[in-house]
Amino acid sequence: MTVHPLKEEDLKRHPVVEDKPKARYSYTAGQALSVFLNGLKEGKILGRKCTKCGRIYVPPRMYCEDCFVPTSLWVEVKDEGVVMTAVASFISWTRERLDHPEIVGTIRLFPSTARDYVYPGLFHRICCSYEDVRNMTIFGKIVKARWKPREERTGSINDIECFEVV
Amino acid sequence: MEKVAVVGVGWYGFSPHVHDLSFREMMFEAASRAYYDAGGMDPRKDVDTFISCQEDFWEGISISDEFAPDPIGGAMRPTMTVAGDGLQGVAHGVMQITSGLADVVVVESHAKPSDIITFSDVVKLSEDPIYVRSAKVPNIHFVAALDATKFLSRGKATRADLAEVVSKNKSAGLSSSKAPYAARIDKDYVLSQDYVLTPFTRLDIAQPVDAAIVVVLASETVARRFSDTPIWIHGIGFATDSSNLELATLGEARYMRLAAERAYLMAGVESPLKFRGIFVDDRYSHKELEHLEALGITDVVEKLREGYFHPGSYLPVNPKGGLLAKGYPLEASGLSLLLDAVEYMREGEESAIVGSWRGFFTFTGSVAVMSR
Repeated sequence: MTVHPLKEEDLKRHPVVEDKPKARYSYTAGQALSVFLNGLKEGKILGRKCTKCGRIYVPPRMYCEDCFVPTSLWVEVKDEGVVMTAVASFISWTRERLDHPEIVGTIRLFPSTARDYVYPGLFHRICCSYEDVRNMTIFGKIVKARWKPREERTGSINDIECFEVV
Repeated sequence: MEKVAVVGVGWYGFSPHVHDLSFREMMFEAASRAYYDAGGMDPRKDVDTFISCQEDFWEGISISDEFAPDPIGGAMRPTMTVAGDGLQGVAHGVMQITSGLADVVVVESHAKPSDIITFSDVVKLSEDPIYVRSAKVPNIHFVAALDATKFLSRGKATRADLAEVVSKNKSAGLSSSKAPYAARIDKDYVLSQDYVLTPFTRLDIAQPVDAAIVVVLASETVARRFSDTPIWIHGIGFATDSSNLELATLGEARYMRLAAERAYLMAGVESPLKFRGIFVDDRYSHKELEHLEALGITDVVEKLREGYFHPGSYLPVNPKGGLLAKGYPLEASGLSLLLDAVEYMREGEESAIVGSWRGFFTFTGSVAVMSR
């Protein structure tokens, strides 16, 4: 099949309408995530426990999606856990090439155990080398939150800079 | 054909700004109330399918349907979304039941307009991007105003009639627990207000409101397991006029007429005048009259002037205040009218018609025919 791509001058002959959406939001964090974010400011990772099934939600929710009842207990989990999966990205959200790969993953937070099917966990940056991800040695490693200095915390998930290997 | 009943309703919000709950927490609260209302049903066991009605730009989250299941008990269960008004979602629920796919269907819709900082700009994104948006019209109400002007130009209704609708509905809302914009105002007060754009004053235009609403539908076979007082849906339809602004019918609501024809045919309706109440979209004052015409009611303006549509009269229209008193919760607006109709019939009235419109820049509407 012969393909005839449009030339640059062909494209210019056709009118194009450009527009940039002005869509701005101020998301209400709600009861569960407001306490969670304030907890981060204090250097604590807080979750909600469903007293019916025992599941702990981190990030917290005011309801248990399995039992459909309100979660009724605040619990603090450790800022330490196990890397469940990780990925190294060489491109940014806006598709520029990154000099150093950004490494992100999910962390199962203690005191959960390997037997837990659902677990309190966070998605976050992991401070490790690309090699650790490429050869998958980071998987299963115990990591701990590296917190920003207290005076720099704002009540944001970025109050934790990253998780680093203990 | 299997009949379909509303066996439970629940809501949360109806406040200009629900500042302490996220939209998911609002959904959970509304759902919990609906399941309690439906005889304490357990959504994890008793519900076959879930339907959520929402639109990504209102949510500020793309692919927002991913957030639909868990706050309403639908995690890991069959869940679908309708990018449209809640009453369209009810129509989908009715189809799922009448086709035998499900016995119990939950329909949910919610709105958190207080989370949208650039509300007008988000509305603008629903305009045709090539030429309508580029024309940079000054505000978001211009299509409704064109529609209203055309409606008035037909020579039957006047500005005073629109003011009467505002006065009637805002006053009626004072009897509702979910009408933050209710007020006891008379027609002259409305007429004394400055125009926002002709022919509307600020009082002729409903305001957005935060709310979550959940409705539980059940087949005739199982309805009485969950409710002693089911409200039956005998007919339902939805339709869209041309989405092209120039080709769509202005000055009359063809979408509503088409939706009503289908719903009436299903329900075997001879005349809408035989019903005990009508709950119809009034987010602009003229829309109430235009929608009543489209529902097949003749001499609408004369009837309004005679008090025919007032609460306690022959055919009350929006006796709970309509959207002018309650505010419009975006895609949940149709469900908010349905909610009023259900409450109205539970209070003892025999039957009602619900007519919803999808709002700005749409020519889409739905009609449901219901009775005790």
